[in-house]
This record gives sequence, structure tokens and C-alpha cells, in this order.
Amino acid sequence: MTAPATTDDTALDLRQVEQFLYREARYADEHDYDAWEALWTDDALYWVPAGAPDGDPVQQMSVISDNRSRIATRLGQLRTGKRYAQSPPSHLRRIVSNVEILDDDDAAGPGRVPGDLTVGANFVLVESRERGKEIWAGRTTYRLRLVEGRLRLAYKKVVLVDHDRALPTLSFLI
Amino acid sequence: MTATLPETAHQQTDKADKYARLIQPTRVHGSLYTDPEVFAEELERIWYRTWVYVGHESEVRRPGDYVRKNIGPQDVVMTRDRDGEVHLLLNRCAHRGNLVCDAPSGNSNSFRCPYHGWTYRNNGDLLGYPYNKGYGGKGKLALGLGRLPRVASYQGFVFGSFASDGPTLTEHLGAAAGELDRLARLSPEGEVELTAGWLKHRTRANWKLLAENETDGYHPQFVHGSIFSVTGSPIGALYSDNSTAVTRDLGGGHSENDLRPEFRRFGEPMRWFGTTEDRVPQYVARMRELHGPAAEEILVEGSPHVMIFPNLFIAEIQLFVIQPLAAGECVQHATAIQLKGAPELNRRMVSQCVGSAGPAGMLLADDTEMYERNQRGVALREPEWVDIRRGVDRERTDDNGFRIGTATDETGMRGFWSHYRNLMEA
Ligand code: FES
Ligand SMILES: [Fe+2]
Repeated sequence: MTAPATTDDTALDLRQVEQFLYREARYADEHDYDAWEALWTDDALYWVPAGAPDGDPVQQMSVISDNRSRIATRLGQLRTGKRYAQSPPSHLRRIVSNVEILDDDDAAGPGRVPGDLTVGANFVLVESRERGKEIWAGRTTYRLRLVEGRLRLAYKKVVLVDHDRALPTLSFLI
Repeated sequence: MTATLPETAHQQTDKADKYARLIQPTRVHGSLYTDPEVFAEELERIWYRTWVYVGHESEVRRPGDYVRKNIGPQDVVMTRDRDGEVHLLLNRCAHRGNLVCDAPSGNSNSFRCPYHGWTYRNNGDLLGYPYNKGYGGKGKLALGLGRLPRVASYQGFVFGSFASDGPTLTEHLGAAAGELDRLARLSPEGEVELTAGWLKHRTRANWKLLAENETDGYHPQFVHGSIFSVTGSPIGALYSDNSTAVTRDLGGGHSENDLRPEFRRFGEPMRWFGTTEDRVPQYVARMRELHGPAAEEILVEGSPHVMIFPNLFIAEIQLFVIQPLAAGECVQHATAIQLKGAPELNRRMVSQCVGSAGPAGMLLADDTEMYERNQRGVALREPEWVDIRRGVDRERTDDNGFRIGTATDETGMRGFWSHYRNLMEA
């Protein structure tokens, strides 16, 4: 179950990549904001497009388009406990599947650094709140980077299957 | 257009009584937000009668451009024909009612219904129908797409009315027109553009909770305290007990939070935008070149924060359209305002609007949480009423004859409800 991964010598196998994705998903599901934040590199882009899945996040509206500092702001707001859309927090569980290492530069998103590994996966997520239950699903593209021997997340793009429809509040980490 | 049976005098009195009972000067009844019958009456008396904001001319810039829009549950196609005229067409085939337009936007001079192939010009005229002998030949049918009988625009903002007559758009907008002027003059070319795409936020709450909240200066410190504390935002202070800003009932159900007194106090260009002039030097230079000394006032006073009855809300850099779908459901459509000729501002406006608005917005997701909790709350049996008395005893009349309250008073809500009541009783 191994796959050749990067162009440099630090070959990553699919197993390691999957373990990373699952961990990231668990931190998000369990609102472990510190652990989740620590996964990101400084040039992070966390992007959930709205409307067209391949719009320009600089000129077009997105559901989320966070650079590293805005990720910190978002998490800072959540940590106050008074981000009412997420207080009390949603109960969340997601399945991440169809994990593929992609050799596709187009999928890599802006700011790819040599050695970065682009990974695609599908997900289904159930959110339960007092308001009711929501099913979220979509395709995630991740760009991973080995930094001092540890995998980090430089880019996460989440294209919801409902990307061009009216969405309910999305205040957890998707 | 929906046909309504003429009402008997008796039914009309009943209705007038009903709304007089439910809407009182300082409180409104909870059932106004939850009762499906009230919602059905609102559709007829407000949404399918008065002027409603539909779209912006910049969304259909070229002849043939079209974009899907809505008025409440009605699916409306906004088109620009070859002569440049803007139409609001109902997306319903005159044959058997299929949807004629399925793309969200595009460019085409005609629409072809997929069901039996009837085609329509983009002004709604029926162009043709296949196998026309079944209808006695070509050009025999006096049919077409439904269209809004009245379409008018102001500063590029396109409004439609399902009523063939009634107040003009200018009469409907009244003093709110000046707020659209104020927004447009922030563009070096005098034009607003809505070209950044839309966020659509599904909200399980009655539309009026949104309309009331838009100029509720009482809530920001509480609902948005979390984000203000993290970013050190000065917005909270604008809506504090010491703020010199005012809430103004503009008449016609429109209201604003007029923040200009606060901005004038500081007298700093671009403070309204949360920045300083050295961060947007080209824009500031261009405005000064254009307006001379008058530029200072424009750059200090900034953009309006205005709710235009019943569905258009402009909050400085972002614009919201409220689409009611049922008593307990609506969609908020949000986009960043773009000012023609101001690229330095436009990028920032997209970034700020993405940060604050929509389903994941660091401001609007919390407002929406409040709407949805409120919707559940007003369904409870006691104490039945929603209180809107805040500031009623300290209200004043300003130099132009408008009622104003302090930054945190419910003056705007009272204006909304008095106009609402007039329409519902009419
Ligand atoms: S319903 Fe449109 S052509 Fe028949
Ligand atoms: Fe708010």
C-alpha cells in the first residue's frame, strides 16, 4: 500500500498521508483548535469556494478564504466561547475517503512549493445541533509539506457538493 | 401574477383589526413571525405589490446578459435586451409552466423551454413554437413569459413591482435614495458594481427578524463581542451607549444607523473603511482630484448603513438581499460592494466581506444564529409580545423632520413596523 509521493528524496507513503488526513479531521470534529492550528504552515490557505468551484478567491466571494492570520482570528473567535454560531459547539463526525495522491499541478492551488504533495479526498460529515441535523459532503484538496520531518498543511480547499446552493451556517471547521 | 379575489368590506375590516391588534407602537405579536397565514398575506400585500430590490444593472452589463434572481419564492430572470432595456421575467413557460431558464446566468437573446421547445425573446415575447400547425400556424398565440409590470432602477439598483400602478420607485425610496447616492459617490466613476459573486445563506427564521436586526444598534456589542475582542475592532464603540451615532427612521419602512457623527468627530479619511489614507493612496488621490475640497467630507463620512424596505441592506462595504421563502425560512444573499474605478478598495472589500458575511462569516453567522434562536423563541406561548420600545421616550426629530434615536435605540424597528402595518392593512 505504498505510493511514490514526492519529487525529492523524502518519499511519503499513502499510509502516512492518510494518517495525517484522519488526524486533521479528528481535530476538526473534536474542536481541538490548538492541535488543528498547529498543523498549518505560515503560507496557509484554507478555502471553501462559493458559486463556481474554481473562482478566484481574491476577486470573488468565498464561503471561507483564510490565510494564516485569518485562521488565527477565526480560531481566536471560537476560543472566546462566545462565537454563538458555535456555542454550544456542533457535534461532528466525518468520514474521509477516496484518498489519492495527485500529480496534478493545477489542483495544487496557489503558492505551491517544490516538494509539496497534493492529495485529494472525499468526505461526508454529519453535524448535529439543537437547530437540527445537517449533512455536509464534498471534495477536499490538500497540499502537504514536510517541515522538519513532520507533515504540515499548507492548503486545504473544500468544494462542497452544495457549493452553488444556499448553505446553512457553517461555523465549525470543515 | 397571482389573481386575488376582490375582498368584501367585511374581510378588509377583519384584516385591519387583526394587524392593528398584532402591531402596537411599542410591541409586536410573536405570531407575526410564525403564522403561515401572515406570511401568505405578506406575499400578496408586500412582496407582490410594493417595490422590491431584485438585482443590479452591472450584473447584466451587455445586451443579451441574463441572471436568475428572485422575489420571495418567485423565480425571476433579469435580462437586458438588445436595446439595452432591463426586464424582469418570470421563469415560467406560457405553454405548460416549465422553467425556461436553468442556468444561473449567461448571455442569450432567447430562451428555449426544454419541455416542448417554445422559444421566447429576452424581453419575454413568444418567438415560436414547434409544429405550429397545431395552433393554426405561426404567430397565432398572444402569449409570453410573465413579467413584472413595473421595473425601475436607481443608481443601477433594479427594483420590480408586481403592481401595475402605485407609488413610483422614487416615491418608494424617498430619503433612502440619498443613501444610494452616498454609496455611488464613493466610486471615482460614480458607479457601484456587484460583480464579486454571491454567498447564499439559508436561514431558518422569519425575514422580518433580519430586516429589524439590520439597523439594530443594540446587539453588536453582545452578538459580535467575540470577534471585536479578537480583532480589536473599533466597530463596537460605534454602537456603544456613548456613541454619537444615531438611528434614523427614514420613512417608508427604511432605516439607517447614521455613523457619520462618529466619523466626523475623528475627521480621519477612510476611518469608515477601517483603514488610513496611506493604505489606499491611489483611491484617495483620485477622489481629491475629482471632488476638490469636497472630497474630504466624502472620504470621512464613508458609506451608508441602511435597510431599504423590504429586502435590501447595505452595510458599508457589503450588500445583503433578503429572500423570504416561508414563515420560518429565508435566504440571505450577500456580496461585497465594488466601486468602479477603485481597485485598491475592491480587493479589500471582497476580503472583508468574505471574512464577515455568509454561512461561515465571523459576523453574520452569529447574527444568523440569533435569528434562528429568535424564531424558536417567538413560537413559545408567553409573554407573546416582542418588545420594541427601546428609546421611545428619548426620540427626537432631526433637522430634516426624521425621527432619530441614539445608536442603540429601536427607532428603525418602529419605523419598519408602522410602514408594514400600513401595507398589511391597505
Ligand atoms: S411547457 Fe414549455 S414548451 Fe411546453
Ligand atoms: Fe449583527
